[in-house]
Amino acid sequence: MLTHFIENASSFGQDIDSLFSLITILAGFWFILAELILFYFIFRFRRKKEEPAKYVTGEKKSEMKWIKIPHHLILVCDVAIVIGAIFVWVKVKQDTPPIDEEIRVIGQQWAWSFVQPGPDGLLDTADDISTVDKLHIKVDTTYRFHLESVDVVHSFSVPVFRLKQDAVPGRTISGWFKATKEGEFDIQCAEMCGLGHGVMAARIFIQSEEKHNEWMTASASRTNSTQLLATTPSQKNKTKQKQNG
Amino acid sequence: MANLSSSEALSHSDSGHDTHHEKMSFWSKYVFSTDHKVIGMQYLFTGMFMALIGGFMVYAFRMQLAFPGEAVPGFGNVSAGAYNALVTNHGTIMIFWVAMPVLIAALGNFLIPLMIGCDDMVFPKINRLSYQIFLLSALVLIASFFVPGGPFGGAWTAYPPLSAQAKFNLTPLGAPMWVIAVALEFVAFLLGGINFITTTMNARAKGMKMYDIPIIVWMIVIASILFMASVGPLMAGAIMLLFDQTLSTNFFNPEYGGDPVLWQHLFWFFGHPEVYVVLLPAMGIVAEVITVFARKKLFAYKTVLYTTFATGVISFFVWAHHQFISGIDPRMANVFTITTLLISVPIAEMLFVYIATLYGGSIQFKTPMLFALAFLAEFLIGGVTGIHLGASGTDIYFHDTYFVLAHFHYTFVPIAIIAVFAAIYYWFPKMFGRMMNEFWGKVHFWGTVIPFNFIFIPLFMLGMAGQHRRIYNYNHFPDLATPELQNLRIIATVALVIMLLFQIPFLVNFFVSMFKGKKAEANPWKANTLEWTAPSPPPHGNFKVFPEVYRPPYEYSVPGRKEDYWPQDSKD
Repeated sequence: MLTHFIENASSFGQDIDSLFSLITILAGFWFILAELILFYFIFRFRRKKEEPAKYVTGEKKSEMKWIKIPHHLILVCDVAIVIGAIFVWVKVKQDTPPIDEEIRVIGQQWAWSFVQPGPDGLLDTADDISTVDKLHIKVDTTYRFHLESVDVVHSFSVPVFRLKQDAVPGRTISGWFKATKEGEFDIQCAEMCGLGHGVMAARIFIQSEEKHNEWMTASASRTNSTQLLATTPSQKNKTKQKQNG
Repeated sequence: MANLSSSEALSHSDSGHDTHHEKMSFWSKYVFSTDHKVIGMQYLFTGMFMALIGGFMVYAFRMQLAFPGEAVPGFGNVSAGAYNALVTNHGTIMIFWVAMPVLIAALGNFLIPLMIGCDDMVFPKINRLSYQIFLLSALVLIASFFVPGGPFGGAWTAYPPLSAQAKFNLTPLGAPMWVIAVALEFVAFLLGGINFITTTMNARAKGMKMYDIPIIVWMIVIASILFMASVGPLMAGAIMLLFDQTLSTNFFNPEYGGDPVLWQHLFWFFGHPEVYVVLLPAMGIVAEVITVFARKKLFAYKTVLYTTFATGVISFFVWAHHQFISGIDPRMANVFTITTLLISVPIAEMLFVYIATLYGGSIQFKTPMLFALAFLAEFLIGGVTGIHLGASGTDIYFHDTYFVLAHFHYTFVPIAIIAVFAAIYYWFPKMFGRMMNEFWGKVHFWGTVIPFNFIFIPLFMLGMAGQHRRIYNYNHFPDLATPELQNLRIIATVALVIMLLFQIPFLVNFFVSMFKGKKAEANPWKANTLEWTAPSPPPHGNFKVFPEVYRPPYEYSVPGRKEDYWPQDSKD
């Protein structure tokens, strides 16, 4: 149902969309039933001279069943939804599949910086490629991202992936995604982060492996002139460790 | 002042409230009054005034969203900073300075002593202090709009470090004033809550047992208990935030070992029970109105009461569903998904009880009844869409999108707008001794409820398309700048302007009826509860003779009686 409004480009997007459909069908059933009964009663029991109101306490067993049966049925629906929700949650946020690539995502007022390994395939080395407001990734590749913030709370949101995670200053929060479709999509900041929150827009470029490698070779040659927009606490620690070692 | 023992109260009620209070000057009667009815009116009028400000704000920022970059008539250009300040203060005002004062304070103050049959709150001076602090809090908030640097714009949730450090929020005066205003407002409601609980427990009319208390009184009392139990942690949080802002402490500053997520816990530990603090009085209003206009006994009074208790208890264990993706331990999301879905059960049960109450009724479509029925129909939408957000799996996608925004407006608008209008049209005769105009009431009803749906259904669709909140111009996002989505934004804005315009007939009807309306009798709706046994409007001291209670509040259409109602204080 959700793909009618926005396409899905990640491996777990389908799970979230199915959960959405499950909840919409179960909740929608109760919603339509309740509205139909409500409007039927409003119409059927409108004031008529010849028909005085009934006296019903609602405390007899035969009357209470009209509340108790739906009560138990709703509980059953809730159990189904809870199971579905936990299944999806564990898959997206708790379990991590085997990782192919690692990237660093840094939020700051008001831009997104992305750091990915250069030709040596290792993060936090001299040939890292860093970009601002543009994230280039390979399709069908599982990425682990390390999310950081240098100032206030931001939230890294890629709607086509159905992915969102807050970036909290002082912490590094990790997660994963795997793109299943090539294309170019929005990245939004989903947490109010000050004056420029409304322009904290970035784009994600999902390309085939070959095209991505072309981009990477082209960027790697430029990388020495590219400066990181900001230094994050974890990078500070890394430099310290290097100095100590 | 209250009749702690009703025999004592009876004896002094004859000897002169009326004569004693005739000498009061305008100031002591209307401004520094300790009369619960006057204080209730003060809260009502302050709340209505703040609603006009909050309504103007929503007009300004919705116009910006529909026609980005163009000057808004009556406001001017909406810059990014102005937009953030508008949405922040719209949210803050509508929750803390409209929903709370009108639903809890205005109705609680006006109705509780009248509905339980006593002459005033048990602590009238604390009550007066409560309003004075509330007024001060509103003035501080309004003053913050005009300080150098501008008003606070860090969202009504005020997450630090953004809210805590001026170098991030760029509003060095606006942010602390916002926190001070909110903290003062909490103090005001703590004082009010003490009165509601104590008065209901100690000053009821002779013969009024626990199960004879009208549902709305129960709801306001339970809401006050929820508020008082949940606000403490946030009060502590607000003071820490104020210290961070003004004394450069580091409670929420990660650079020096503070934790920004701590604020989120304190805020939502209060913030989620707060939803039920305003929901319960609205459910109370609907219970009173549908029983009177369907001439029906409330279906399963005790079930309503027990589901309310259950809701109140569970509401303390759901707060982290606001924080699924905020960096808390991901395993916590599973626990809070379960508690959150559990709370859907008592709420659904309450709605079923109300619908069942209509069965076999003799429904009369007066304006208050139309608003009460609209509450049931519309709140159901808010209820079912909450499940998408309470389920952790789908919340990953929907968190902080317009789906959330549309969902909670489908709960808060029925609560703070639709149910409040039901209450105003229903109790207006008791408040001012005159009737409101029915025709204009119905015009106002349709003009409010139809556009309301045209505002928020498009916003649900925008949320499903992945549009996030608090962004002043979606042209910066290529996927969101399509003409189809822009059309949805324009529909919502046009509907909003229509809905706002239809509030003009209400305001005219309200103020004209107050002075020129048809005189109301003591019990124009033929209702059972005690407030209708007092004259309209009730004098200082409320009752000529204090009522005695013989039966529960919803004995309508009892077989074998000539009349289809049976007042609580009628002996036979």
